[in-house]
Amino acid sequence: MPELLGKDFTPPDIRGKVTGAAKYAEDFRMDGLLYCRLLTSPMPHARVLNIDLSKALGMEGVVDILTADEVPEQPGAATNILTNEPHFVGEPILAVAAVDETIAQNAIEAIKLDFEPLPFCVDPLESLRPGGPNAYLEGNAVVPRQGVQEFKWTAEDFEAAGEGELPMGEPTAEWSYGDLEAGFSEAVFTLDETFVTASNSHHSMEPRTALAYWENGKCHVRGSTQSQSFVVPGLANYIGIEPENVVYVAEYCGGGFGSKGSAYPTMAIPAHMSRKTGRPVLMRISRAEEYFLGSARPGFQGRIKMGFREDGRISAVDLYIVQESGSNGGGGDMGAAASSVSIVYTPLAMRYRGISVLTNTPPRGAQRGPGQNQIAMAVEPLLDKAARQLGIDLVAIRRINAPTNDSRYGANRQPVTSAHLRDALDIGAEQFAWQERRARSGQRDGSKIRAVAVGQAFHSAGSSGYDGLVRITPDGILHIHSGVGNLGTYSYASTSRVAAEVLKYDWDNCEIARGDSSLGLPWNLGQFGSNTSFTMTRTNYAAAMDTLSKLKEIAAMEFGGSAEDYDISGESVFNRSNPSRRMSYARAAQRAIELGGAYSGHTVPDDINPMTARAVAGLVDTGLIGVARDNMGQRGMVPALAVGFIEIELDVETGKVEILDYLGVADCGTVNHPQGLATQIKGGAVMGFGMACTERLIYDNVWGLPGSVGFYQAKPPSYLDVPSEMGWAAVNIADPQNPVGSKGIGEPVMGCSAAALLCAISEALGGHYFNRTPVVIDMIVNAHSGQPQSHTPLQVNTQ
Amino acid sequence: MPAVTQIVRLTVNGDLREVGVPMHFTLLEALRYGLGLTGSKQGCDKGDCGACTVILDGRPTLSCITPVFEAEGHAIVTVEGLADVEGPHPLQDAFDLHGAAQCGFCTPGILCSAAVLLEKTTSPSRTEIKEALSGNLCRCTGYSKIYDAVASAGQRLQVEAQLGESGR
Repeated sequence: MPELLGKDFTPPDIRGKVTGAAKYAEDFRMDGLLYCRLLTSPMPHARVLNIDLSKALGMEGVVDILTADEVPEQPGAATNILTNEPHFVGEPILAVAAVDETIAQNAIEAIKLDFEPLPFCVDPLESLRPGGPNAYLEGNAVVPRQGVQEFKWTAEDFEAAGEGELPMGEPTAEWSYGDLEAGFSEAVFTLDETFVTASNSHHSMEPRTALAYWENGKCHVRGSTQSQSFVVPGLANYIGIEPENVVYVAEYCGGGFGSKGSAYPTMAIPAHMSRKTGRPVLMRISRAEEYFLGSARPGFQGRIKMGFREDGRISAVDLYIVQESGSNGGGGDMGAAASSVSIVYTPLAMRYRGISVLTNTPPRGAQRGPGQNQIAMAVEPLLDKAARQLGIDLVAIRRINAPTNDSRYGANRQPVTSAHLRDALDIGAEQFAWQERRARSGQRDGSKIRAVAVGQAFHSAGSSGYDGLVRITPDGILHIHSGVGNLGTYSYASTSRVAAEVLKYDWDNCEIARGDSSLGLPWNLGQFGSNTSFTMTRTNYAAAMDTLSKLKEIAAMEFGGSAEDYDISGESVFNRSNPSRRMSYARAAQRAIELGGAYSGHTVPDDINPMTARAVAGLVDTGLIGVARDNMGQRGMVPALAVGFIEIELDVETGKVEILDYLGVADCGTVNHPQGLATQIKGGAVMGFGMACTERLIYDNVWGLPGSVGFYQAKPPSYLDVPSEMGWAAVNIADPQNPVGSKGIGEPVMGCSAAALLCAISEALGGHYFNRTPVVIDMIVNAHSGQPQSHTPLQVNTQ
Repeated sequence: MPAVTQIVRLTVNGDLREVGVPMHFTLLEALRYGLGLTGSKQGCDKGDCGACTVILDGRPTLSCITPVFEAEGHAIVTVEGLADVEGPHPLQDAFDLHGAAQCGFCTPGILCSAAVLLEKTTSPSRTEIKEALSGNLCRCTGYSKIYDAVASAGQRLQVEAQLGESGR
C-alpha cells in the first residue's frame, strides 16, 4: 500500500499564498527599477507609417522607448513582440520605459503615430467568401506547411448550403476512417446541425506581468507562466539568446488555463528594454490589455451530421469546422475536436474536414480542453436529441457509444492506454440517483422548469520521454527537482511525491526544488494539457528508480554482495540477508560524493536533454544524483474522460438558470491527490458553466473594436452564479502505462460541465437545440416564447 | 512632468506609516509601490475582481478604486496583517487545510472579505458566505472549497470563544 500516494497533504507553497508572502511576477522590486507601458494599436489592421517620439523622449522621467525594429521579428502569422503592422486592436507597437508607470503612460499619450488603415475581418466565413476581406496582406488562412495563404471558397460553395447551414468549401485539413456512406445508410435516424461556439478569454486572475534584468551576461526574467523549464527555449528565442543564458523564475503563477503554457511574446519586452537601458524593467499588464494579449479559445462555425442505428449506436459522423483563429492562426482546436468525437462516441465511420481562418482579433491558443470542450458543447445536446427520438435513456445512449480499453483514437486509429467512461457514467448515475431525478425532469412549478441531464468530455492527457532529477544530500534530505511549473493545482507537488514513495521517504524529509531555473531544474514538459499527472509521475519515478539503483550499488560496494541483495526501509539501504548491514541515505549520499562519476553527477546518461545535463552540472558533488529520461515506453494516447451530472431550474420568464446540484466524475486513473482532484473537478465545472452560458469574446463588425475587455463584460462566473456545494467522484482504476496508475483530468472536467448544463437547458425547453454557445438568457426567453433570436444562424460576435 | 508627490500617513496592520505618493495614487498603489506590501493584488484595475480587497475600518474595501488620501486616518488591514504574534488567522489555516487556494492570486482579497464576515458572525450560512464574498472572483477553485474553509474557520473561532482563550 502506498504511504503517500492517494492521500491529501498540505502543498508547500500554499502558506505563502494565504499570508501574502508569495511573490508573483509583479511583486518583485529592484533598485533602479523602470516601469514599462505599451502603446497598442487602436485599429484592427493597419500599417504604421511614421512614429514621432521626440516629445515623449523629452519628458522628465522617460528613460527609453523600444520599437519593433529593435526586436526579433516572428515568422508567418506568429504574434510579434512589437510590430509596425498590427493585426488586432491592442497589439503592441512600442514600449516606453520610465521611472514610474504614470510617466510611461503619459509619454505614450505624447507619441504621435501615423497609421494607414488596412482591410480587416472579424468573421471567418466572410473572409472565405469570394472577394472577402483578408486579415493579413498575404491572405486569410494558415495552410499547413505553407504558412499564410489566401484561401477563398466559391460562390457555388455558399449557394450549395441551405438556409442557416454551414457552407462547406475546400478544407485545409481532412481525415476519415471507415465507410462513411455505409454508416449513414445503416442509420435509422440522422441529425445534420450547424453550430457556432464563441471564443472566450482565459480570465487568468493574474495578468501576464514580467520583470527582467541582465547580470553577468545572463538575462534574469520573472514571469507569469504555468510552465517552468518548457518556457525557457521559447523565451530565449524571443530575447535572441541561448537558453543557457536565461535565468527564469516562475515560482507562482496566478492562473493560466492554457494561455501561459509556453513563452509568449510580450514577456520578452522587459528583457529587450532592460538590455537597452541597462536597468531592471517591470512591465505590468492591465486587465484590459490581458483581453488583447492573453489569448482566447478559438470559436467554431461548424456542421455535424450524425447517423444513429436503432439501438442508439452512432454509425457515422461527418464533421466540418471553420475555426476562428484570430491574428496568429490559433491552435489545433479543430483537429482536437474531431479526434475527441472519434473517441468519446466511437463512431463506426467518420470524416472530418476543417479550415483555420485568420481574423483581426486577438491571438488564439489553447484553453482548457482545446477543441474538445467546444465540440462537447455542440454534440452532447445532439446526443440527447437522438436519444429522445430513439426512446433511449440519456445515460444509456452514452454508455452504448462509450470507448473501452480497445477503442481507437483519431485519424491514425491510435490505441488508448485506458478508457473507463462507462464506469464513470455508472458511478455518476448511481451517486446522482439518476433514475429518481430523471423522473422529475421537465416538471414545472410556476415559471420554473426543472431539468436533469448529463454531459461528457475528453482530453488527451499524458506524454512521455522527459527527464527526472532527484538528489539526496548528506543531511539525508531528498530534493526533488521539478521543472514542470506551478499553475496552482499542486500537481507539481503531488507528482513529486512519487519519488518519495519509491524511496520510502518520510515526506517531511523531502524538499521540492522548483520555480527558479538556477536551482538546477530538469527538462520537463510544460504544465498544460492535463499531462502533468501522467508525465511527471513517470519522470519522477524514473529518477527515483535510478536513485534506488545507485543506493543499492553503493551499499553493495560498502558491505559486499551485489546490488540485488539490498532493499530499503526507513531511509536507509540494507542487506536482505543481514539487515544489520545498513547504510543511511545520508551516509550513502556522502559516499556518492566520494565515489564521483554518475553517483554525484560527474557523468550523466547520454539520452537526457542538454537542459537537464546543465542542471546536473550545477549540482555536482552535492549528494547522490538520480537522473534519468523516462524511457518506459508508451503505447497509445492517454484519454482523460469526465462526466458531469446536473440538475437545474430554468425560469422561462426571465431566462435565469439556477444550478441546483452538480456531480463530476473523473476517469483519471489512480487518484493520487484526492483534494487536488476534487478542486479540479469543481473548478473545472465552474469554468464550464461560464463557457456554456455567459463568457464570450465579441468584436464589432463595422470597426473591428472589442466589446469585452473587462470581467463585467466577459462574465466569468462568480459565487452568485454557481452552487456552493458540488459533488465529485472518481473511477479510480489504474492506467496500466503509468507506474503509479495516474493520468490527467484537468481539461474535460470543464467540458463535461458545460455540456451537462447545455443539455439541461435543452431538456427544460423540450429538447430545443440552440446551435450556438454561450446560451445567454435572451436566447432562452426567445426560444421558450417562440420569438426569433436576435442573431442569424452563422453569425459570430453575438451578445 | 513627474506627478507631484505628497506624504500620506496610513495606519496599516497596526503601524503608522508615512509614505510619499503621487496624489492620484490609489490605496492599492500606495500599499504595493510605496510600502512594499504586495500581498494585495492588482487583478483588474477597476473594482471588478476583488483581488485588491483590504479591510478599512472593519469594512472590506476595494483598494484599487480607493484614492489613497481617502484612506488617511483610517485603520487598514491587508493580508499581511491578518496573522498576529500568536499565529496565523484561523482563515489562513483553514485555507491550507481545505486546499481553498489554488493559483492564489485572488486569495488575499478573499481572506480579507472573509475575515470581515467572521467578525460579524462565526457561524455564517452558505448564503451569508456567498453574499460576503460575491465581490471576489476566483477562476480556479469553483468556490466550494472556499465556502468550506470559511465555515471551518468560523467553527474554530466559536470553539476558541467557548474555551475562553484565543488559541492563536
